[in-house]
Amino acid sequence: MLTYLTYTVLVVFVAGFLWKIILYARSPAPLLIPTTPAPVTKGGVRLRLIREVVFFESLFKADKLLWALGYAFHITLALVLVRHIRYFFERMPPYFEHYQIIGQLAGVAMVGALGLLWARRFLIDRVRHISSKADHLILVLLLGIGVSGLLMDYVLRPDIIAIKRAMTTLWTSPAAALSVTGPGDVIFILHLAMVFVLLLIIPFSKLTHMEGIFFSPTRNQVDNPREKRHVNPWSAD
Amino acid sequence: MANDHEVPEIHDDIETPALKPGSMGHLSPYPALEKHMKPLGFPDARVPEWEKRGVEKLGEMLKKYRSLQVYMDICVKCGACTDKCHYFLGTGDPNNMPVQRAELMRSVYRRYFTAAGRMFPGLVNARDFNEETLNLWFTYYHQCSQCRRCSLYCPYGIDTAEISMAAREIMDAIGVGHKYTTEIVAKVHDIGNNLGIPKPALSGTLQFLEDDMLENTGHEIKLPLDQEGAEVLLVAPSADFFSEPHIQSLMGYAKVFHQAGISYTISSYASEAANFGMFIGSFEQKKKIAKRIAEQARALKVKRIVVGECGHAWRVAYSFWNTLSGPFDYLDPRYPVPQHICEFTHDLMTRGALKFDKGANDDYVVTMHDSCNVARASRMGPNPGGQFTIPRDLIRATCNHFVDMDEDTIHEKTLCCGGGGGLLTDELMDLRIQGAAPRVTALKKVIKEHKVNFLALICAICKAQFNKMLPMYGIPMETVGGVHQLVSNAIQLGANKGIV
Repeated sequence: MLTYLTYTVLVVFVAGFLWKIILYARSPAPLLIPTTPAPVTKGGVRLRLIREVVFFESLFKADKLLWALGYAFHITLALVLVRHIRYFFERMPPYFEHYQIIGQLAGVAMVGALGLLWARRFLIDRVRHISSKADHLILVLLLGIGVSGLLMDYVLRPDIIAIKRAMTTLWTSPAAALSVTGPGDVIFILHLAMVFVLLLIIPFSKLTHMEGIFFSPTRNQVDNPREKRHVNPWSAD
Repeated sequence: MANDHEVPEIHDDIETPALKPGSMGHLSPYPALEKHMKPLGFPDARVPEWEKRGVEKLGEMLKKYRSLQVYMDICVKCGACTDKCHYFLGTGDPNNMPVQRAELMRSVYRRYFTAAGRMFPGLVNARDFNEETLNLWFTYYHQCSQCRRCSLYCPYGIDTAEISMAAREIMDAIGVGHKYTTEIVAKVHDIGNNLGIPKPALSGTLQFLEDDMLENTGHEIKLPLDQEGAEVLLVAPSADFFSEPHIQSLMGYAKVFHQAGISYTISSYASEAANFGMFIGSFEQKKKIAKRIAEQARALKVKRIVVGECGHAWRVAYSFWNTLSGPFDYLDPRYPVPQHICEFTHDLMTRGALKFDKGANDDYVVTMHDSCNVARASRMGPNPGGQFTIPRDLIRATCNHFVDMDEDTIHEKTLCCGGGGGLLTDELMDLRIQGAAPRVTALKKVIKEHKVNFLALICAICKAQFNKMLPMYGIPMETVGGVHQLVSNAIQLGANKGIV
């Protein structure tokens, strides 16, 4: 059951993710519309995209507080995800033990950042106005995942040995299953269920920004219209 | 006129207003007339089953524009753009926040093109394309000047200009057009320019200006029309031929050509740099209008094309011409095609072909308003940001007193004049007044601190808009002028004629 469910979720996620990438990549760009000043070489454009994705350059220009919260969330999420690697492999290199504390602190910071990002949606009148139910629910989902994770870390520990066994065997054995021996295990099942929901909605919601940014013409085009003729594929003559 | 409109009070700094929902909901532009829609190939009245047709057209646009497809999907509604639009800053209407303006289309996109919107419209804010939605579109997609300030600050570069252009094209396709812009595009095809100036009138006015310059300078400075074999085709916004202060810049261009000894011509057939095809979002119209100029460049056998002071025209010329009406392999490859008049003058200046007497502009303390399409959608010279340095170099070379406005309101962060994007029409006056307020705030600050009395710029629409706005805000109309007006004042005629 766990095996089939996991594979189904992953297939939907990967297929949806690829579908969006293919959709964006195949949509034509009739005109050059980079937001200028823009790089005049391809290498420059790569750097611009890296600055956007790694440092959130434009957001930094726009709103320092939002940048700080958004950046904190994304960075800590990455750190937390790295910590999760250990649940999927039988043996980890010994130095990975030292990473534990970083991952744990990141988890706390992530939930904090999410909480403040959610608070923005209530406290700032402009942001409250633009927030739909879906915008709130996505934050609730992420918070749910984060809080359940912290609960397992600090309050209600699940049977981690059993979970790790399930996680390492489910790829090959349909018999892999989760057992419930205490409240921590229930929290874990909730945690996993919410992660599955998140994976399922990524390609079909605003969370698709993670791929979309690379296809944003105002950011990924070279500013060289005079030097190199850009042809509109649907009006080429 | 000024008495009929409420002019907001200007504070020391630009302040983010509290939300005033629906405060601009009443202000729609005049609908297009049958006689203007027809020649553009648009239905002259609302088509049957327009709701269905509108959604179909949106589907077609999504397949034609990656920008639209990506921008419909990826907004996370972070709110970074919410305090960046001059129309929001001026009006407080939440539908003038870029994210919310885009939401008017995004909600329709979700309803018809996403699973979540089909299944749970209430949850994800999905909206039917109906009379109410269309009204909101017609109102608020004509309260966007396509200035792209939001695209600068958006973490994903979402460009509301792309969305409002698409919305206008969708509305045109169902027979719901905007009078001002469609009338102007129709006029370009009919007569050759936005103002509808026929050849005899154009030739008369050029003659008059030549006489005027002869009288004032003692030099025979020409404004040649339809002269085959000239080196350069000069394409200026038609306002340069008839409006103040635009005309001052036209004389500036003429003096530069005269002093450099470079032959040039204006074309009566392509007597318009502006391309309102962009404002209505139509690729086909953009292309048709651009082709008029390329055709004339061939017919007049020129070697170069130089574009006058016009913001969106420079975007179309610089960024789009090569796609729309290129390649320009019949022109001299040693020069960029097209060239901005500021690049042209700057190049001559650095090569020593022009001499300026800065003292001629000593009455002025100058500041520069960067026009949005030049600032955020084009370039001058070989380096990014040349669109800021080249005109400023010209100002500094021709004036002794120059000061910039607040750094958050210049260069790529510049604020729209409030009249761009096809909104320079009287029925939208309240929007134009309130949209100009953020720029006026920054201007008033340098007026107070540095006694600035000249607002230099390179856009025909900005000039016309400020000409009307500044007096309403208690600033003299003469404050507005072109960069080439300063060039015109300072240029030393006959100093060392010709290129060295």
